[in-house]
Amino acid sequence: MTNHDTVVSSAKAVATPSGSASVKVYPLRDTATMLRRNVKQEMRDKVAIIACIGIPVLFLLLFVYVFGGALKESVKLAGAPSYIDYVLPGLIIMTAAAGLIGISTQTSVDMTVGIIDRFRTMAIFRPSILIARVVASALQTLASMVVVFGIAFAVGFRSNATFMQWLGAAGLLAFITVTLTWLGLAFGLAAKTVASASNGPFPLILLPLVGSGIVPTATMPTGLRYFAEYQPFSPMINTLRGLLLGTSIGWSWLIALAWCAGLGLLGLVWSISVFNRRDRKRGVPGPGFPGAPTQ
Amino acid sequence: MTVTYGQPGGTAAAVSTAIEVSGLRKSFGDQVVLDGIDLSVPEGSVFALLGPNGAGKTTMVRILATLSAADAGQVRVAGHDIVREPMAVRSVIGVTGQFSATDTYLTAEENLLLMADLWHLTKRQGRQRSAELLKLFDLADAGRKPVFTFSGGMQRRLDLAMTLMGSPRIIFLDEPTAGLDPRGRRTMWDLIRSLVRNQAVTIFLTTQYLEEADQLADLVAVLDDGEIVAQGTAAELKGRVPGGHALLTFTSASAFDAAARQFGDRASRNDEDLTLQVATDDSARSVQDVLSRIDVDSVRHVTLHTPDLDDVFLALTGQSRKAQS
Repeated sequence: MTNHDTVVSSAKAVATPSGSASVKVYPLRDTATMLRRNVKQEMRDKVAIIACIGIPVLFLLLFVYVFGGALKESVKLAGAPSYIDYVLPGLIIMTAAAGLIGISTQTSVDMTVGIIDRFRTMAIFRPSILIARVVASALQTLASMVVVFGIAFAVGFRSNATFMQWLGAAGLLAFITVTLTWLGLAFGLAAKTVASASNGPFPLILLPLVGSGIVPTATMPTGLRYFAEYQPFSPMINTLRGLLLGTSIGWSWLIALAWCAGLGLLGLVWSISVFNRRDRKRGVPGPGFPGAPTQ
Repeated sequence: MTVTYGQPGGTAAAVSTAIEVSGLRKSFGDQVVLDGIDLSVPEGSVFALLGPNGAGKTTMVRILATLSAADAGQVRVAGHDIVREPMAVRSVIGVTGQFSATDTYLTAEENLLLMADLWHLTKRQGRQRSAELLKLFDLADAGRKPVFTFSGGMQRRLDLAMTLMGSPRIIFLDEPTAGLDPRGRRTMWDLIRSLVRNQAVTIFLTTQYLEEADQLADLVAVLDDGEIVAQGTAAELKGRVPGGHALLTFTSASAFDAAARQFGDRASRNDEDLTLQVATDDSARSVQDVLSRIDVDSVRHVTLHTPDLDDVFLALTGQSRKAQS
C-alpha cells in the first residue's frame, strides 16, 4: 500500500465530482507532527530516561570504583592513562544499546494500544510514523550519551583528543545511534508483547562487556577472544577509544561503519516489512483489535 | 476533506451509497473469516454489523478502513475503491477500535491537537474544534490531564473525540461500548445519536449487543461464521421470528396442571418453576384471551415478552450452525 503514499489521484472515482480529485500528502509536516509527539512522550517517560542513562552510569561507577583498581594493575590499557579512560568508550556504546530498549518498548506500546492503527487509517505520510520514532529515539540516546560523558568527566575522565578527533567521535556516535535505533524499531514492531519488546534488545546491552569494552581482548581465552574481537561492538569501541585517547585507530573505523550500515539496513528492511505486512504475515489481525476471529 | 459527492454535474450518477461491499472474502491461513460478504450502507445512516465473538466483525472493519487487505471482492467507501485509492478513503473516514487508541503520555487536549495536525487543520481550527469536542464529550475539566489518569469510559470518549476531530464523513466504530458499564454505554449511545442528528455522517458499527443495534441502527446485518445470515431494519428482523409470549408462574402445582391442560400445545411448561410459556402476539386481546382461560388468583406473576433481536439472533445463528454441522 505504500506506493499510494504519494499524491493519490481519484479523478476517476465514481463519487468524486470532477475537479476535487486528489488527496494532498504532507511528508515534512506529518513527520514534524509525529516528532513532536514522540519527543513529548519521551520527556514524560521518566523511567525510560533513568534506565537509558542509569544503566551505563551504574556500570561506569562499578568498573571505575569497584573493579577498576584491580583491573588497572592486571591489564595493559592500550595507552590509556587511567582505567576510566579505557572503559568509558565501551560504556558509551552500551548507552546506544540501552537506547534500543527505549524505542523497542515505546513502539510496542504504540502497536498494542492501537494508536499506530489509528495513524494508518488517516490520510498521512505513513513513513513519518517510523522516521519520527527513530529520530526522536536517536536524539534521546545522544542526549543520554552527553550526560554519561558529563558524569565521566566529573569522576576523572580526561581526553587527549583534538577538536577533529572529537568531531569524528561525535559523527561516529551519531551514525552508530541512528543505525542501531532502526534495529530497535524493528524489535518493537515485531514483538508480540510489550514485555518481549523490552527484553529483546537486552542482550545487546551486555555485549560490550564480552568485547573490547572492559578489558583488552588479548587477555581472554582463545575461543572467547575470537568472538570478542569480531563481534560488532568491538570495532566501534576501539574506534571511539582511539579517537578519545588520541591514538591510532587503524582500519577499525571502517569495520565499525560497515557493521553499523549493515545492522541499520537490516533494521530498516525488517521494520518496513513488519510495518507493511503485519496482519498478512502473521495470519492474525493486528494489535488494537484483540478478540478478533483467530484469537 | 474537500471531496464531496452526490452533487449534480459530477462525473457519475449521484451517489447515495456510503459503503458498497460485494463478494468480500478473507482467510487467515486455512481459516475462512469472511466468506463472500455483500452489503450496502446508504449515506447518512447508521449500519450495525451484529455478531458473536469470532464472527469476523473486526476483520470486516479492518478491511473497510484500509488496515487489512481482502483476498477477493470489491469495496467502495465514499465511492473510492479501497485498494486503488486508499488515501482517498482515509481522507473521509474515522475509525475507533475496540480499545482506546490514545497516547496515554499526552493530555486529552494534546491528543486532540495531534489529530488536528494530522488532519492538517490550522492551529486556530484545531484549538476551536478540540475545545468543542472536549465540551461535547464531557472532558473539558480533564482536558489538561494526562490520559493515563483517565477511567476506561473517559478513554473511550476521548478515543471517539479523536476520531471526530477531522470531521470524517464515514465513521467506523468497532464495538464502541465493549467493556463500558451501563452508564458509560448510555452516554456513548447518546453521543452516537447526536452525531447522526447533527451532522450528515454515516456510521458503520459492530456490536455483540442486540439492544445496541436495536437502539442505534437504521439497518442491521447479522454476521455469523463469516456470512451475513440476515439483513434489514431491526423491525424487519424481529418480524422473522414468530410472536412473543406470556410467562405465567402459578402458586400451586394443581393450578399449574389445570392451566397447562387448558392451553395444550400452545404452551410450553416448566414443571420445576410451575411456569407456563404461552404464545401471544403483541395485541392486548391475545393477552386478555390467555388470562380469561385461567384462574387469575392462582397466578403468582405474569411477564410479557415481545420478540427482540436476541430472539432473531439466536434463531438465525442457531440455524446456520446446525446447517453447517
